[in-house]
Amino acid sequence: MNKTWNNKAWFLVLPVLALVAFSAVIPLMTVVNYSVQDTFGNNVFFWAGTEWFEEILHSDRFWAAMGRNLVFSAVVLAIEVPLGIFIALNMPRKGWGVPVCLVLMALPLLIPFNVVGTIWQVFGRIDIGLLGRGLYALGLDYNYVNDPVDAWATIVLMDVWHWTSLVVLLCYAGLVSIPDAYYQAAKIDGASRWAVFRYIQLPKMHRVLLIAILLRFMDSFMIYTEPFVLTGGGPGNTTTFLSIDLVKLAIGEFNLGEAAAMSIIYFLIILLMSWVFYTVMTNYGTEKR
Amino acid sequence: MARIDVKGLRHAYTDRPASEADYALRRVDHVFEDGGAYALLGPSGCGKTTLLNIISGLIRPSEGAILFNGTDVTDLPTEARNIAQVFQFPVVYDTMTVYDNLAFPLRNRRVPEEAVARRVREVIAMLGLEERANRRAQGLTGDEKQKISLGRGLVRADVNAILFDEPLTVIDPHLKWALRTQLKEMHRRFGHTMVYVTHDQTEALTFADTVVVMYEGEIVQIGTPEELFERPRHTFVGYFIGSPGMNLLPATLDGTTARLGSQAVELPGRPAMQPAGRLQVGIRPEFVRLGREGMPVSIGKVEDVGRKKIVRAKLEGEDISVVIDEDAEIPAEPHVTFDPAHLNLYADSWRLELGARP
Repeated sequence: MNKTWNNKAWFLVLPVLALVAFSAVIPLMTVVNYSVQDTFGNNVFFWAGTEWFEEILHSDRFWAAMGRNLVFSAVVLAIEVPLGIFIALNMPRKGWGVPVCLVLMALPLLIPFNVVGTIWQVFGRIDIGLLGRGLYALGLDYNYVNDPVDAWATIVLMDVWHWTSLVVLLCYAGLVSIPDAYYQAAKIDGASRWAVFRYIQLPKMHRVLLIAILLRFMDSFMIYTEPFVLTGGGPGNTTTFLSIDLVKLAIGEFNLGEAAAMSIIYFLIILLMSWVFYTVMTNYGTEKR
Repeated sequence: MARIDVKGLRHAYTDRPASEADYALRRVDHVFEDGGAYALLGPSGCGKTTLLNIISGLIRPSEGAILFNGTDVTDLPTEARNIAQVFQFPVVYDTMTVYDNLAFPLRNRRVPEEAVARRVREVIAMLGLEERANRRAQGLTGDEKQKISLGRGLVRADVNAILFDEPLTVIDPHLKWALRTQLKEMHRRFGHTMVYVTHDQTEALTFADTVVVMYEGEIVQIGTPEELFERPRHTFVGYFIGSPGMNLLPATLDGTTARLGSQAVELPGRPAMQPAGRLQVGIRPEFVRLGREGMPVSIGKVEDVGRKKIVRAKLEGEDISVVIDEDAEIPAEPHVTFDPAHLNLYADSWRLELGARP
C-alpha cells in the first residue's frame, strides 16, 4: 500500500503537543531536574547524578512502603472485583429498582476523597463513631488509632465502600448488553447457573472487567487522601503508603532531591505495572484462538 | 419425540390486558402430530414467535395448556421439557471451541463422553464445519455462527421437538437453500417433530408438510401448500401467499352470479346460506386470462419477472393483477376472464363454500 506523506500534517499535532508539554512534560522535567541535583538553599544547586536514585533504591523505608502498597492493592482487588461482580449479577434488570440501585451505587463515587476519609475517621472513632462505639459495645477491642490491624481493616473497608461501586457499574454495563437470546439458548441447552456465568456472563464482561481491574489497581496503588485523613500513615508507619511517604519526605523533611527521585521511580513503577497488566489481560483473551 | 397439543392458548405481555388488542396470542388450539414438519407462517407481530416460546417454556401463557404426549407441561420449566430451539440471531459461546459449543447441551445433561463425541462429529460433518471444529467460536463468520446454533439444536437425538425461530434470516442466500435441504433431510432421517417459524412463504412451503398461517394472534388456516394456494380460507392467506397475492374484488351476490360493478361473473356454485357482510370475489393472478373477450380492463403497467410477466390493470376501477407468459401478447383492447374452478367468495374476509348447485 502506498501511503502519502505530507509533513504539513505535523502542524495539526502541534496544539496537542503544546498542551501535553505544559500539563505533563514540563512539570515532570522540573522533577527530573530536582532528582539529579542537591541544594543547601539560596537557590544554589549542585550536580548529584544518580545518587538520589541509589539512595532510594537502597532504602528500607522505600521498600517497606512499596510492600504495604502492593499488599493493599492485592487485598483491595481481591475483595472489590468478586464483590462487584456479585452485586452486579444481583442488580435488577428492569423496573423501578434499576434507577434506585444505580443512584445508590453511584453515591460513594460522588463524594470527595477527603470527605470519605473524614466520614470514616468519625465513623470509626471509639468515643463518638457509630462503628467504633458499636464494635466496642459488642465487646471487641477495636481502635484504629493504636492497633495496626484495626487501622488496616478500616482502610480496606473504606476503600471497598468507596470503590466497589465502580466495579459494579462497569460490570452491570457489560451484563445488560447481553441479548436475551443468550439466556434463552442457555435454558434450552440445560446450562446450570454456574455455566451461564462462566460461558456467557463472564466472557461478555471480560472487557469492562479488564478496565475495572486496571483502574482499581492504579488508583489503589496511588492511594493518598483517604488513609492520610484517616490514620495519617499510622500507627507508627504501618499505613504509610508510597504516596504518603513521598509527601513526608518532600514536605515534612524537605528532602527535595530524594523525593524527586522517589516520585520518578514511583511513576515508572505504575507505568510499567499498568502496561504489564494491560498486555497480559488483553492477550489472555486472544492467545487461545 | 412427541405429539404436542396446545389448548386454548392466550397470551398477553401486559399483566392486566384491557382489551382483545392487548393479546399477542388471541386464541390458539392446535395439535402438532408426532414427527410432523410444521411451518408457522405469518407477518411480523402475528404471534408466531410467542407461540414458539410458549411451547419451549420460555414464556408462560396467560391462559391455556400445553401437552406433550398427553402430559400437561404448562408449568414445567424449559430445562425439563427436553426441547431444542434455534433462534433468529446466532448464539454461540465465544470462549468455547466449535466442538465444545456443540457438545454443551449434551454435557449439561451428563451424556457419556464417547456418546457426545459420536453425536458431535456427526453434526459437525453434516454442517461442513470439520475444519473449524477445534477453533474458538469467537472469530467465526455470521454464517458459521448460525450453523453452530443450528447444530446445538440438532445435536440431541432424544428431544421432544425442535423449534426454529426464523433460523435462516442471517444466512447468505446461496447457503439458505442448502441448509433448508439439510434440515428436511434431518427430518426424514430422525423423524423429530419440527416447528419452523418464518415470514418467508417460500421457506415455509418448501420445508413443511403442513403450514399454519397466523394473522393477528390467531391461526387463520392450516393446510398443505396446495390448499393454501388454491383455497385460502381467509383473504389474508390469499394476499400473503403467492406472488403477487390473490386479487380481491368487492362484489354483490345474485343467485350464483357475482356482480362486480357493471360486470358479472358466474360462480361454480352458491353458498349454503345467504351470506351477510362485505362480499369479495377472490381469484389468483395465475387463473385470470387476458384476451379479447370477457370484461374490459385498462392496463397500468407490465412487470417482467423472468419467465412470466405481471400485468397490473384496473377492472371496474379496482386493481387487478394478471400473470401471463413471457412471450404472450397483450391485445389492444384487453379483456379478462376468470377460471371458474379457481374462484373464491369471501364474506367479511372468510371463505364461503360454494358447494350447493341450485
